[in-house]
Formats: sequence, C-alpha cells, structure tokens
Amino acid sequence: MQTSFSSLKNQLFSFVRKEFYHVLRDKKVLLILFGLPVVQVLLFGFVLSNEVKDSRLVIVDMAKDEASRQLTNKFEASRYFETDLISANEADIEVAFRRGKIKAAIVFPSNFQYDLQHGNKTQLQIITDGTDVNQANTINGYISSIVYNFVSESNQQTVPYRVVPEIRMLYNPQLQGAPNFVPGVMAMVLMLVCVLMTSVSIVREKELGTMEVLLVSPMQPALAIISKALPYLLLSFLNLLIIIALSVYVLDVPVKGNIFLLISVSTLFIVTCLSLGILISTNTNTQQEAMFVSLIGMLMPTMLLSGFMFPIENMPLALQIISNIVPSRWYYIIVKDVMIKGAGFESIWMETLILGGMGLFFFVVSMKKFKIRLA
Amino acid sequence: MTADSSFSIQAEKLTKKFGDFTAVNEITMNVKRGEIFGFLGANGAGKTTAMRMLCGLSTPTAGEAVIAGCNVYKEVEQIKKRIGYMSQKFSLYEDLTIVENVEFFGGIYGMSRSDLKNKSEALITKLGLQNEVKKLVGSLPLGWKQKLSFSVAILHQPEIVFLDEPTGGVDPITRRQFWDLIYDAADAGITVFVTTHYLDEAEYCNRISIMVDGSIAALDTPTNLKKKFNTESMDDVFYELARGAKRGDN
Amino acid sequence: MMSTLKVLLRKEFRQIFRNKAILAISFIIPIIQFLILPLAANYETKNINLAIVDHDRSSLSQKLLTQITGSGYFRLVDYSSSYQQAYHLIETDKSDLILEIPQGFERNLVRENIGKVFIAVNAINGTKAMVGGNYLNGIISETNKNILTEFMPGTNLNQGIELTTSYWFNPKLNYKIALIPGILAVLVTMVGGFLSALNIVKEKESGTIEQINVTPILKRDFILGKLIPFWILAMIVFTIGLALAYFVYDIVPQGNLLVLYSFIAVYLLAVLGFGLLISTFCNTQQEAMFLQFFFIMIFILMGGLFTSIDSMPEWAKVLAQFNPVNYMINVMRLVLLKGSGFRDILPDFAVVIIMAIVLNGWAVFNYKKTS
Repeated sequence: MQTSFSSLKNQLFSFVRKEFYHVLRDKKVLLILFGLPVVQVLLFGFVLSNEVKDSRLVIVDMAKDEASRQLTNKFEASRYFETDLISANEADIEVAFRRGKIKAAIVFPSNFQYDLQHGNKTQLQIITDGTDVNQANTINGYISSIVYNFVSESNQQTVPYRVVPEIRMLYNPQLQGAPNFVPGVMAMVLMLVCVLMTSVSIVREKELGTMEVLLVSPMQPALAIISKALPYLLLSFLNLLIIIALSVYVLDVPVKGNIFLLISVSTLFIVTCLSLGILISTNTNTQQEAMFVSLIGMLMPTMLLSGFMFPIENMPLALQIISNIVPSRWYYIIVKDVMIKGAGFESIWMETLILGGMGLFFFVVSMKKFKIRLA
Repeated sequence: MTADSSFSIQAEKLTKKFGDFTAVNEITMNVKRGEIFGFLGANGAGKTTAMRMLCGLSTPTAGEAVIAGCNVYKEVEQIKKRIGYMSQKFSLYEDLTIVENVEFFGGIYGMSRSDLKNKSEALITKLGLQNEVKKLVGSLPLGWKQKLSFSVAILHQPEIVFLDEPTGGVDPITRRQFWDLIYDAADAGITVFVTTHYLDEAEYCNRISIMVDGSIAALDTPTNLKKKFNTESMDDVFYELARGAKRGDN
Repeated sequence: MMSTLKVLLRKEFRQIFRNKAILAISFIIPIIQFLILPLAANYETKNINLAIVDHDRSSLSQKLLTQITGSGYFRLVDYSSSYQQAYHLIETDKSDLILEIPQGFERNLVRENIGKVFIAVNAINGTKAMVGGNYLNGIISETNKNILTEFMPGTNLNQGIELTTSYWFNPKLNYKIALIPGILAVLVTMVGGFLSALNIVKEKESGTIEQINVTPILKRDFILGKLIPFWILAMIVFTIGLALAYFVYDIVPQGNLLVLYSFIAVYLLAVLGFGLLISTFCNTQQEAMFLQFFFIMIFILMGGLFTSIDSMPEWAKVLAQFNPVNYMINVMRLVLLKGSGFRDILPDFAVVIIMAIVLNGWAVFNYKKTS
C-alpha cells in the first residue's frame, strides 16, 4: 500500500510539474492571465461608470431675457453638462442629434420671464436622446432638479407644508460604483479564465497527439486530467488574491466579512469552473472550437445572466430559469454577501452547496465521457 | 559571384549567425544541375539552417550564393519560383483532398487549369492513389503522405527540389519507393537537394556533404569518401567525421 | 497575380466550409446571444421591494403610504413598527428600500410645517435600489402638492415651470432599441476578430505556413486571401443580425442601409486587420486567442455600449478615440436609430478608414516570408 501510494504521488507530481512548465513558459499567456483581471478591475474602478458628466447639452433660447440667462448660467455651471447655446431652431437641434453631438436640448419659450413673473404657467421643453436609456433618465433627472432649484431660489414663496425625506445609503454610503462591480468582476474573470484555459489546454494535447502518450502511461486518466487543471487552479488562486488586494487597497472596498470564508468559497468556485472547462474539452476536438465555445459561448451568458449587470428578477421567466445553471450567478451572490455585506456562512450555505454540486456534476460527466472514449 | 548555369546551387562562405551563435560557418559548395546531392550531418550540425538559406526562407548573415541562377540576397522571390520544397513537418493541408492540395499548390506556381488537371491525374496514377482521391490527406498513412508531398513539390517542374528529412518514420520498402521517385525526378533534370539521417540513403546520392559543427567537413561522392577514410560503409565515414563534433547527439 | 489570389481563396473557402464546427459556432452562438441578450438586458425598474416602518400610524402617514403603494412601482413586502425587522429583510435581499415614518410625523407637519421621513436604500444593488429611491422621492414631492391642496385650498398650484419632456428616437425609452444596435456591433466584432486571429496562427502551428513561404506567393495576396473569406462571413453574420433586429425586435432602420453597409465594410476590414496583426505576433493559437480576447474585452467595455464615454475621465476619453468598437457602436446608433446620413457619419468613417489601412498595412509589414 505504501509503495503504490508514493508512486502515485510521484506520477502526479511529475505530471503536474510538466504542466507547470507548459504554462509558465508561455509568457504572453501568463501576461494576459494576470493582466486581464487587473485591467478589468481598473477599468471598472476608474473608467466606467453610469455617472452623468460632461453630457453635451444645447440650449435654444427664444426668450433671451434675464430669467432665461440666469437659468442658462445654472446649466453652464453644472458639472453634469457641457452647455452650448444655439440661437437657432428645431431643425438645427435635429441635425445636432443626428451627428451624435448632443445628448439633450432645452428650449426656452419666448415669454419665459414674463410668464414667470406673472405667475403664469410656462413650459420649458426638454428633448433628450432616447437611444441611451439609462443616461436619458438620469439626464432628465438632473435637468429637472436644476430647474426646480432655480424655481425655489427665485420664488420667495416656499411651499408651506412639506414632507422632507432624508436618504441613507446602506453598505455603500458614498455611492461608489466599486462595491457593485468588484463581486461581478471576480465572478466573471475567474470563470472565464478557468474555463477557457483548462479546455484549451486539454484540447491542445488532443490536437497535437500528445494526449495519447498520457493515456498510455500508467497514470489513471482522471489524474492526468486533474493534473492538467492543477496549475490553473493555482494561478487562478493567485489571481483571486490579486483582485482582492486591488479591491481593498486601490479601490477602497474592504472585505467586510471573513476573508478566509471568501477565499475558500472562491476556491470552490474556481474548481467548479475548471470542471466545466474539462467538460467542454471532452466535447470539442480542436483548440479553435474549445476557444469559441468557452469564450463566445460562456462570455455572454456569464455577463448577462449572473445578475451582475442586469437584475435577474426583471428577466423573462425562461431566462431566469437558465440563469440558475450559470455558476457565476451563485458565486456573485456569495461574494456580495460575504465581501460587501459582511455576512457569514449561514447566509450563503445554500449557494455554496449549489456551486459544489455543479462542480461535482461537471466533473463526473466529463470523467464518464472520457472513459467512453477510451473504451 | 558569377552564375554558372551548369550549377543549380553555388554557395561561397555562406554563414548564418544568431546573435553570438554561428549556426552555419562559411560553407562553400556547388551542386551540379540534375545531381542528387545529399546533405548529411548530426542533429544540430546546421543542416536545416543551411537549407533554409538556400530556399530563401532565411537571410544569410554573410557569404554569397546563387540558387537557380538567382542571387540569394537580391532575388529571393525569383528563387522561390524555381524551386520546390518538402518540409520536415509535413506540409500538405490535412483538411483538403489530394486534388485540392494539388490545385492549390499548382495554382500558386501559376500552372493552368488544364495543365493541373493532367498533372494531378498523372500523379494519382503514378502513386496508385486512385481509391483515395476523395479522402482528406489527413486520413492517409504517413508513407503515402510523404510521396504525395514530394510529388506536389515538383509539380511545377522546378529546377531544384529541396527535401528536408523526407523519409522519417516509414518502413524500408516505402523508403525505397520514395527514392524511386527521386530518381525519376533527377532523370527528368531536376536537381535534388536532400538532407537525411539515414546513411544508407547517402549511398543513393551522386555526391554528399557532411556537416559538422556548422561547417562542411567533407564533400565528395560516396565511393571517394569511403576510399578516403578507408572504410566499408558510409556509417563509418560519418562516424570518423562526426565523433569529434561539439554539437550533436554524442 | 489575380489568379494566385483566386487559388488562395478557393483553398480558404474549402477549409472553412469543411470546418462544420467553427461554422456552426460562428453563426449559431452569436445569433442565440443576439436573441437572448436584449431579453436579459433590462434595467427597467418595476416591483421594487419596499419595507415600511410606520411609527406614527396617523391619517397623514396613511395618505402618504396610499400614494406610494398606489404608484405601481413598489411591491410592499412588509408593514410594521420595527426597523430591525425591515433591516433584516434588506440583509436577506428581500427588500430594496426601507421607508421609516417617525412617531409624531403628522403632528410635526401641522405644527412646524415640516415632516421628516427616513429612506434607507440598499445601495449594493446599485441601479435598482437607487432608482427606487428616486421614485420614492418623486412621489413624496407629488404628495406635497396634494397635502397643500388639502390644507390650503385655493393655492395656485400652477405657478412655476412645467417641464415637457420628449425622448427622441426612442420615445418609449425601450431598452431593447437602445442596446440592440450596439450588441450587433459587438457580436460581429467578436466573430470577425477571433476568426482572423486564429487562422494564420493555425497555419504556423501546423507547419503549412513554411510551405507557403517557400512559394512565390506575394505577401499581399496571402493576407488578402486571409481577409476576404472572413470579411464575407462577418458580413453575412451582420446581415442576419439586422434581419433578426427587424423581424424579432421591430427595429426599422431609420437611415440609409447603403450608408450603414459601406461603413461596416470598412470597419470589418479594420477589425480583421487587427486580428491578423495579432496573429503575426503569436506562434500558438492559445497565445493568439488570449491576446485577441484581452484587447476585444477592453474595446467592448470601453466602447460606450454599457456605459457612456462622456462619463470617463479625460485620459480615458483620449484612449477611447483609438477604439474601433466605439465608432461602430456610434454609427450603428446614428444610422439605425436616428436616421443619420453619410455626411453625419463622415468623421467616424474617416477614422475607420485610417484604422483599416494602418492595421492591415502593419500586418502585411510584419508578416515575413523570409526571416
């Protein structure tokens, strides 16, 4: 018993070591393996946001009176907008929209000041570009609030009875985008990289014919496959640590919950994704296919159905059901709960179980397929 | 260097360096038209590097060469029109059929449709591959692939055909058949420049050269070499020359 | 020369059609995603979960609550007097917002003219909860008007400015219309980019590229032979996408299709050129795939589809100028949704032409038959 176990260990060790050589020697791939998550975190942290800023706004002032000028100044002063004045007409507005040069336009009616002063209703026309729905809503909101501020400042009559809401943001008091997306980026990047790397690397051996050499060796096929995945497990683990470190030190999003819990569940997630990669490799024959299936086939569903970019409750029922089989959906919940809300295992036991179950399932099915091929 | 049309390949002090490492060191040789010239050497001696320079795949660091009448520095693309090549790695498209491969490579050399049709039929008949016509090249056994590759390499009647270790991995009978093809090509006037490891194949060549550590250690007919080194077989000639080599399998 | 190209193209097409797997993947996967994505991509907020903690239980608080629940945006998940209870619901993601009405709400309003309420927003779930918070805010302001009427009849509510909003090009603010042109652009970019990047590298890996290098084939013809088939494939995928957009999502192109197609033609050349360029730097398919993925991911994220370019910091805006996907998404929106014409997209066109020339030129330059 002793000898067979140690020879097994030796076998495994030599296989794993060979795999490490493969991976570590490909500098370009390594660069991207680590560069990708870093770039993504940085992108989401510093570049991408839903904030409205510097949106180009055009003002058509048909009144050209004191009041209209005052209100226009307010828009010019606002950091949300970059304001331009055109004294022309609607046709010009249309051209400006069609050239993609503006996001919104405001039209002052000619009797603006007069109506204001005489307590008549006056209409301000706001035209917003509806092709970017998110922005349209927000832009409208900002325009409205600027206008209402103007009104309440200029109008000495305040509404006598008011309900005043005081708003408090939970978990994310400064309303940073980061807590929102760090879990998402983790889920997405880890899944993609693990699935992609494993599937391609296994299929590569199939294509080059070296797989047969492995199969002919006294090593159990299951172990051969596992040893292929092992280096990626370690690399992804490193990646995980890098993302967490970036999040804590660069983006100021601390890990509120237990960091060991986070890391262990993340490792489970990584293993599940590696199993998925193995499953894909048993079903594809060329590297190209494996790549396409992993990337284009997995990329979109992960991005869309994991709940990270779009809320799952809003989706049609069919999609909601499908989202249940996307591993990153469950992982995303776990990370959010543990990292951002500081929850403990009690809150995430169900998701963890599901994730583990998926991993097991992928692995068992791929082993079966593999054995069939051999027989 | 003046081009002499009785030679297909003229090389003088041809050198290739990669940084500090001199892979090919001032080799000088002339290959006659229609000759079967064997280019031998241990692994790492510089054979493949030398051949790549002669094919126009790699620019020499120093020295001169004229291949099929063209200057190796200035007329590289012209060289390519006049030569054929069969690589070690085996380069027909595995996902195309025999005919499709022929059409492709022939077409690149500017052969006309009718010419190609005739030639490909002749090729298939000669190799006895009538039953495999519809199959993808990837599904053929190694020996047939090699013979095919050679036939495709000479399809456009080049002046020289370069063969890089063409008979690796097949049984002796198939190798013999391959060499029959080489003889036919030489009889038709094509110069054959072949690198090989198999020393019995050296006996089939008109002349051979043996490279050791980047230089040509010997260049003559097999008979003369055996006399010179006073040995019975090419194996022994090779052994005498190569055993002091720094680069190789020793 | 022309015939060499023809020979090359024949070979490429034969190889492509024989590769059933890749064909299937290049068409089926994008199409499926094209159909699914817009269904998933829905930022619309409805059914916002609201937990109410009412310490006052006065007629005024009731009035406020009726107004809120009557708006249709919210789903009342709890009504109690315990903040703890409500907070627990947020912790377990069963509620997005808490509205807490303090004791003495009505009394304070009548006596001191101001009644405070507290809204707690689950700010992790970014969009949904914050929009919900905004809605609540809005409803409360509406309520203010109603309260006025009740307490001070005769007040002239018609003072002030009335805003009329119109949303051009997408009056109902339909998310699908907003996203689909961009999604199509992204999918076509991915298919074209990956196919072209992997192709040359495959020849490198199998060794057939040496055979090619030894022949008199011109570099230019070789590269063209790689470009053209994938260009055709990508155009087909694009056309299918457009057709789907029309039949499934009712997106009727507002502008001239000829303008759109001429732009796509050049854009695809740029994208394919980029893929080819990448493949000249790589020796294995794995490398090529990763490198390509790396860049495409960055391009897509920074392309202005999910987030707006205006909101980026200045240095990022400069980088965005070099992103081809940016121009494609822009033109897709302009022509499909706004009916822009050729002159409107001229600047984008010019940039993409330059990109196509530079990228392809660089690829040809890099590809050396003789090393």
